Amino acid sequence: MLSVVVFLPLLVGLVLLAAPRPRDGVVAWSWVAAAALDLLLVVGLWAYYPAAAPDTGLGDFAYEERLLWIPSVGASYHLGVDGFSLPLLAMTAVLFLACAVDSLRQRRRARAHAVLFLFLQTVSMGLFSALDLLLFFVFFDLSIVGMYFVIAGWGHGRPTRSALQFFLYTFLGSLALLLGFIGLYVAADPHTFDMVELTAGTPLEGRGLAGGLVLLAIGVGLAVKTPTVPFHTWLPPAHTDAPAVGSAILAGVLLKMGTYGFVRIAMPILPGAWVEYAMVAVVVGVVSVLYGSLVALAQTDVKRMIAYTSVNHMGYVLLGLGAAGLAAGERPEAASLAVTGAVTQMVSHGLLTGALFLLAGALHDRGGTYDMGSYGGLAARAPRFAALAAVAFFGSLGLPGLSGFIAEFQIFAGSLGPVPVPTALALLGILVTAALFLRALQRLFLGGPGPCTARVGDLSARETAAIAPLLALSLLIGLAPHFLLDRIEPAARALAALVAG
Amino acid sequence: MTAALGALIGLPAVVGAVLLVSERRADAVAAPCAVTATALTLVAAVVAAVTRPAASVPMLPGIRAGTAVDGLSAVAVITVSAVSLMVVLFASAEMGREEARGRFFGLMLLFTAAVLVAVTSTTLVTLLMVWEIMGALSYALIGYWWHEAHRVRSATLAFVTTRGTDLGLYLAAGAALAGGAEALQLSALASLEGGWRDAAVAGMILAALGKSAQLPFSFWLSHAMVGPSPVSALLHSATMVAAGGYLMLRARPVLSATEWAGPALAWLGAVTALLLGAVAFHQSDLKQLLAASTASHMGFLFLAAGAGAVGGGILHFSAHAAAKSLLFLCAGAWLASLGTQGLRGLRGAARRHPLVGAAFTVGALAVAGVPPLPLWTAKDEALAAALHLGPALYVTGLAASAVSAAYTARALAAVWSPSPLTGEEASRSGVRRAPLPEALSLAALSSAAIGLSVLALPVVARWWRALVGAPDTPGPAAWEMALSGLLAVAVLALTWWAVARSRAGAVPDQVPGHRFLGGWLGLDTAARTLVTRPVTALARALAAADDHVIAGGARTAARATASLSGRLSAFDDRGLAGGVRSASGWGTHAADLARLRGEGAVEGAVRAVASGARSLAVWALRPQTGLLHQYYVQAVIALVVLAAVVVLMR
Repeated sequence: MLSVVVFLPLLVGLVLLAAPRPRDGVVAWSWVAAAALDLLLVVGLWAYYPAAAPDTGLGDFAYEERLLWIPSVGASYHLGVDGFSLPLLAMTAVLFLACAVDSLRQRRRARAHAVLFLFLQTVSMGLFSALDLLLFFVFFDLSIVGMYFVIAGWGHGRPTRSALQFFLYTFLGSLALLLGFIGLYVAADPHTFDMVELTAGTPLEGRGLAGGLVLLAIGVGLAVKTPTVPFHTWLPPAHTDAPAVGSAILAGVLLKMGTYGFVRIAMPILPGAWVEYAMVAVVVGVVSVLYGSLVALAQTDVKRMIAYTSVNHMGYVLLGLGAAGLAAGERPEAASLAVTGAVTQMVSHGLLTGALFLLAGALHDRGGTYDMGSYGGLAARAPRFAALAAVAFFGSLGLPGLSGFIAEFQIFAGSLGPVPVPTALALLGILVTAALFLRALQRLFLGGPGPCTARVGDLSARETAAIAPLLALSLLIGLAPHFLLDRIEPAARALAALVAG
Repeated sequence: MTAALGALIGLPAVVGAVLLVSERRADAVAAPCAVTATALTLVAAVVAAVTRPAASVPMLPGIRAGTAVDGLSAVAVITVSAVSLMVVLFASAEMGREEARGRFFGLMLLFTAAVLVAVTSTTLVTLLMVWEIMGALSYALIGYWWHEAHRVRSATLAFVTTRGTDLGLYLAAGAALAGGAEALQLSALASLEGGWRDAAVAGMILAALGKSAQLPFSFWLSHAMVGPSPVSALLHSATMVAAGGYLMLRARPVLSATEWAGPALAWLGAVTALLLGAVAFHQSDLKQLLAASTASHMGFLFLAAGAGAVGGGILHFSAHAAAKSLLFLCAGAWLASLGTQGLRGLRGAARRHPLVGAAFTVGALAVAGVPPLPLWTAKDEALAAALHLGPALYVTGLAASAVSAAYTARALAAVWSPSPLTGEEASRSGVRRAPLPEALSLAALSSAAIGLSVLALPVVARWWRALVGAPDTPGPAAWEMALSGLLAVAVLALTWWAVARSRAGAVPDQVPGHRFLGGWLGLDTAARTLVTRPVTALARALAAADDHVIAGGARTAARATASLSGRLSAFDDRGLAGGVRSASGWGTHAADLARLRGEGAVEGAVRAVASGARSLAVWALRPQTGLLHQYYVQAVIALVVLAAVVVLMR
C-alpha cells in the first residue's frame, strides 16, 4: 500500500513520458489527477492509522513493507510510517497537489515539468516513509537532482548558476550525511542500515567520541538541507531564481527532509550523543531564528524575504529538538511538547511557505518583479490576492488561529523550562517576524499605488484553488489542532522517553 | 448551560467571520446583522452571568482551552457586550454607503468575540491566543482606511508594540509549564515554584502593561487614534485596552503570592495615571486627549489591582467603558458633522449639538470623578487600598485624579464655550439632530454611566464586592470619599473657569514642558531611537554581510572545487592516465615481442589490449574539460566508490 502511495506519481510520470506527444492540457490534468489520487490514498492511510498502528512506541510503524535490496550490506527496501512521517506525507501530498493545480497553465515544456514534479513527489514521499538509511540517502540525493533540474530548467534570473550552487552545496552536505550513515553501519553489530534495528540497538551509545563524530557528520548533512545558519547561504539564490512551484516544493518539502532527519535518525539512533550535544542544536536554532528574521527584515525582494524567514522558522524546530534533548531527563512532558511543536512546525511551515511562494509567483507573473518598492495599494486592484496574502503573512508571523502559532507556542512552552535564556531570545524572533511581514503587507498591498501596481490583477480561479486550500488547512490546524496533534504526540512522547534513556 | 457560553462567543464570531469573508457583498446587510448579533450576544451575556457556565475544549496535548464565567467575568461580559452593542448601533448610522461595511462590522464582531473569550478564559493558552488575535484585529481596524499609508504605519506600530509585550504571555506560559502548572490553568499559577512564579507574573504584567498602554508603552495608543471613532470607542478605550487591567484583577491571587508584584503594579499604575493625565491636559486634539485619558485611567485600574481593590477595579473597568466609549462616540459624531476633532475647532460644538453635548458632559463628568458618578467611587476604592501601601502612593493617586478633573474641564470648557462662528454661519449650520441609532446609543451609554452611581451606596457596594469575589476588602472611609469628591469638583470648576476666562483657547502652550507632555513624553522618539533604528541598522548590516558571504561562498566553493578537481586531474594525469599509458606502452612492447616471436594470434590480442588501453587513456583524460560541475560529480562518484569499498572490505 505504502509503495503504491510512494510510486504512483512516478508511474504516472513514466506513462506521460511514454505517451506519444500528449497535449499540454492532458499532461496538466493527468498530473493533477495523480496528485489528487495520491492525496486521497494518504488520507486513507491517515484514517486507518490507529487500526494499523495499535502500539505507539518508537519503532512501531504502520503499513510496514520490507524487501531485500542489497543484502550484502544489510540494506533493505524498508518502508513504514509513524506519527512523525504521516503528517509530513500528508503535507507533501497536499503541497504537490497545490503545485499541480497552480501549474495547470504551464506551457513551457509542460510534459518535462510535470514528469519532473511527479518524480520529485515520489522521491519526497519515499524519503518520509523510508526506514532504511541507504534508501533514505538515495531519496535525499535524488531530491537534490530533481530540484537542480527544476531550477535550471524553469527558473528565471540566472537559473543555471543558482541551480549549480544549490546542487554543489546540498550535495556536499549529503556526503557528510552519508559518512555519518556509514559510521552507524560500521558501528552496528551485525552491520545494518535499517533504522528500526539501529534505533533498537543504538550502536554508538556510550562510545563518546565516535558517537559525537557520527552525530556531527549527520548533523552537518541535515543542517545544510534544513538549512540552519551558517549553512543557509545556498537558499536565497536558489529561491530567488527558482520558479514559484519549485520554490514552494523546495521550501515546503525539501527543507523538511533535513528537520525530519533529526527526529527520524539523529535523535532516536544517537540519543546519548544528542543529549550531550543538544546545546549545540539549541544555539544553532536560536542563531538561525534571530539571524534569519533580521536578515529577512532588511530585504526589499519579497521572495528573498520569504526565503530568509524559512531560516528563521526552521530555527524554531532546532531549538525545540535541542531543548527536548536537554529536558528529556527531568521534564518528559516539556520534551514531548517541544518535539510535538517541532513536527507541527514542519507541517505548518510547509503549508504556509508553500502558499507564500505561490503568491510571490503570482505577483511575479503579473508585475515582473519581486521588488516590494515597485508595488503598493494592490488591495484595491486585487482584493482576493491581498486577503490570501494577509492570511499567509499573519499565519507566518505566528498569529493564533493559524497553524504557525500552534507549532511555535508548543516549542516555546516546552523549551522555556530546559533552556530559559535561549528560548527568551528566540521569542524576539516572532517580534521581528511580525514587523517584517506587516511591513511587506504595507509595501505591497496597502497605501498608495507603486509603478508596477497597474499591471497586477486579482488571482485567477486556478491560483486561488491552489493557494486557498493550503491556508484553509493552516486555519484548521490553528483552530482545531487535535486531529494533527493526536498523530504526532504519541511519537513525540516515545521519542522524548527514548532520549531520556 | 454551556450553550449560553457557546452563544456568547460563537454568535459574534460566526456572524463576524461571515461578514468579513463576504466583504462588499455584505455591505447592505452588515450593519443590521451586526446590531442583531451584538444584541443577542448581550442577551447571552446576561444569561451567562446568571447561570455561570464553564466549558473547555482540547487544544494542545495535555492543555485544554477553557472559558468560564464567574463573578468577575460576569461583570466583564455584560460590560463588553453592552458597549459592543452601543458602539455597533452608533456605527450603523456613522458608516456610510461608501465605506466597506462588511469588513468593518465583520472585524468589530470578531473583535467582540475575541474580547469575550479574553475576559472569560481560564487557561493561559486561551488567553494568549485571543490576546494576540485582539492585537491583529486592532491592527486591521486602525488601518481600516488602508489607502492612506500613514494609517497603516500607525496600525503596524500599534501591533508590533503590543506584540512585543505579548511575548510576556509566551514567557508566562513557558514558566507556568516549567514550574509545574501543566494544564496552564490561571488558577494554578499561584502554586508555582519560586522562580518560575516570578517569571510568570513578570510576563503577565508585561503583557498587561503593553495592552493597557501603560508606561513606557503608552505611545501606541496615540497612534491607534487614526482609526475610525467607533473603533477607538470599543477597542482603544472600553475593552481591549482595559483587558490588561482586567487581567491583573484576575491574576490577583498570583500577584499577592509574590511579595513584589502588588506594590510594583500599583506604582506603575499610579505613575501612569499621573503622567498620562498630564499628557491629556496638553493635547489639542480631542481624540488624543481621550486616548491619554484612557491610559491614565487604566493606571487607576492597575493601581486597584496592585493594591488589591478588586471590587473597585472591576467597577472602574465597567464605568470607564461606559463613560469613555461615550466620549469617543461624541467625538466621532462631531468629527462627522463638523469635520474636526481639534479642540479649537470644536468650540461651541456642544451648544450646536445639544444631545451630543449632554452626553459628552455626562461622560466627561464621570471621567473627572465627580460625585456621585461611578468612577468617583471606583477611584476611591483604589485610593483607599493604596493608602494601605503607603501615603506616597495615595498622594500620587490623588494627584492623578485631580489631573483627570483638570483635563476634562479643558475639554468641557472648549465644547461649551460660545461658538466662534458668526450668527449667520451658526444659523446656516443649524442645530444638528443626531440620527436615531446615534441618539439611542449615546442615551443608553449615558444612562449606564449615571446608573452605575448606585455603587456609591454602601449596601450596593457590599453586594458588588461579594459578587466579584472580594467580600472582605474594606471600602474607603467617608473622609477619603469626601476629599476626592471635593477635589474633583474644585479642580474641575477652577480649570473650567480659568480656561473660559483666558479666551486664548484651549491649548496651554505657554506652560513649561508643554511640548514634552503634548508629545506623549517623547516615548515615540525614544522607541524609535532605542529600538527601531538600531534593529533596522543591525538587520541591514547582517543582510549586507550575508550577501557578501553568499557571493564569497560561491566563489570559494568554486575555487575549492576547482583546486580539488585540479588535483584529481593531476592525479589522473600522473596516476591513472600514466598507469594506463604505461600499460599501453607495456602492451605495445609485448606486442613487439610477440611479433618477434611471430605468433600472430597472440599479437592480435595484445594489439587489441594496447589500443584498448590507449583509448582508455584518452577517456581518462577527457574529464579535464574545465567544467566545474563535472569535476565535482567525479569527485563525488570517487568518494562514493571509496566509501563503498570501505564498507565492503569490512
